[in-house]
Amino acid sequence: MRNVTAIARREFQGYFNSLIAYVFLVIYLLLTSWLFFRVFFLNGQASMRLMFDIMPWVYLFFVPAITMRLWAEEKKVGTMELLMTLPVRDVEAVLGKFLAALGLLVLALALTFPIPLIVSLLGNLDFGPVAGGYLAAILLGAAYLAVGVFVSSLTQNQIVAFILGVVIVFALYMIGSDIVLYSVPTAVASVFEYVSLGTHFESIGRGVIDSRDLIYYLSIIGFFLYLNVRSIESRKWR
Amino acid sequence: MIEVCNITKRFGPTVAVRNVNFSVPKGEVLGLLGPNGAGKTTTMRILTCYMPADEGTATVAGYDVHTDSLEVRKRIGYLPENAPLYKEMFPLAYLDFLSRVRGIPTSQRKARVERVVETCGLTGVLHKRIGEMSKGYQQRVGLAQTLIHEPEVLILDEPTTGLDPNQIKEIRTIIREIGREKTVILSTHILPEVQATCNRVIIMRNAELVADGSPQELSRRATGTALLVVEARGPADEIRQGLAALDGVKSVTVAGAEDSFSRLELAVTDGKAVAERVFAAAVRAGWTLRELKAESASLEQVFYELTIGEKEEQ
Repeated sequence: MRNVTAIARREFQGYFNSLIAYVFLVIYLLLTSWLFFRVFFLNGQASMRLMFDIMPWVYLFFVPAITMRLWAEEKKVGTMELLMTLPVRDVEAVLGKFLAALGLLVLALALTFPIPLIVSLLGNLDFGPVAGGYLAAILLGAAYLAVGVFVSSLTQNQIVAFILGVVIVFALYMIGSDIVLYSVPTAVASVFEYVSLGTHFESIGRGVIDSRDLIYYLSIIGFFLYLNVRSIESRKWR
Repeated sequence: MIEVCNITKRFGPTVAVRNVNFSVPKGEVLGLLGPNGAGKTTTMRILTCYMPADEGTATVAGYDVHTDSLEVRKRIGYLPENAPLYKEMFPLAYLDFLSRVRGIPTSQRKARVERVVETCGLTGVLHKRIGEMSKGYQQRVGLAQTLIHEPEVLILDEPTTGLDPNQIKEIRTIIREIGREKTVILSTHILPEVQATCNRVIIMRNAELVADGSPQELSRRATGTALLVVEARGPADEIRQGLAALDGVKSVTVAGAEDSFSRLELAVTDGKAVAERVFAAAVRAGWTLRELKAESASLEQVFYELTIGEKEEQ
């Protein structure tokens, strides 16, 4: 645990040392607010639904952008060799990096608080769905992050890590969409619907917190973190 | 302290390390010498648990590098080739991170960091990011990083590459100081480095270990083929025959002639004694000596014979 926090701390500071955090936070907040308020005033409803609806699409590009360097850079610069010869278990290193990225994502979400505040001043905002929406956003973001960190461990090129991350996340999200579901056999469709990141996001976003959705997200996160540990270990395969 | 037993490592069809055996007792500075690609870095990576050997075992301080990897890593300070570092960090933050991962108690962290900063002479660059420092200072940060937890074993992969002569001297001084108390393995392809810092040398070539001994022992091994260069004026044939007849001269080769001087290379058993006889012979015969140089049997020669000479024979 000590190692996990030490690595998470270093990576989190790393985001701020290299300006990534500032660029990410500023652009993320500007984009989210603009996309939200652009439609919000036309819609005239005191609801945060619009913000959470665009979340999967905003994350699609922002999340791989904050995960792409996590392993790829270590591999490129050679610090991987240092990190892996420290008395740190592979799983601790993976968790540390994941938690650092999650920390940045949660910070970004926390900084969107003026939006619900403004909405609640303008109308009668129901905070139940807002809380559900934030939880869903964190879970969805964490799942994207797990994919992104894993993909970063496959290459030493950050651009490759970014593009692969976007593609995999997009695919995982889209297989639950109606277009895909209608065009595949029913048996496959139900599997796709379960595996898709999107289906579960919508149900939590409505304010319904179902243990199945929670378990789904936690298992997706666990699965990709496990793959990540394996891919880090691959240097040791005989 | 370190036992390496029949280690072999392959990368696909290429063998990077083949059947290497050696052991390093506590408090020894071992130089791992060899041309680029001889398997030095791979050997070090196996010892530091970065990658496992395909065959054979290695133990550090009694712990197996494969089965007790964490215990081994706790006891080693490792500086990989080219000192890879987190360039965007400040040195103090970086050393603080390492002291956390190394499990140094909070109360001691500051003191430990201050001590390695002093040992490695980093005081003047603490306000700079690691990436903004000169190569020499980056190398020192790399060294500081290996010392923070006061390890029993230090493994340094080419610690002086890319440094200017002054920096090399400074780094060597630091290493020699560290080597008084700790077991050190350092790899290099620079020979004077070994003579300056190590009490034992291992030479690797083509993935194999070809020599093992103290720098003096290895020099002695080469003494049998020491070289004496002579340039003298006089009848060329007479000089050649005269020198060949001297005691201790094994063979004479004519290396060239310039003006009326002939240049000869003598293979001798003992460079210094024969040089004296050459001078006496020149005085007797009335030759003018312009050059008389003993190419002292050095590690360089051993290295050359072991690493290039044999390759040519193959």
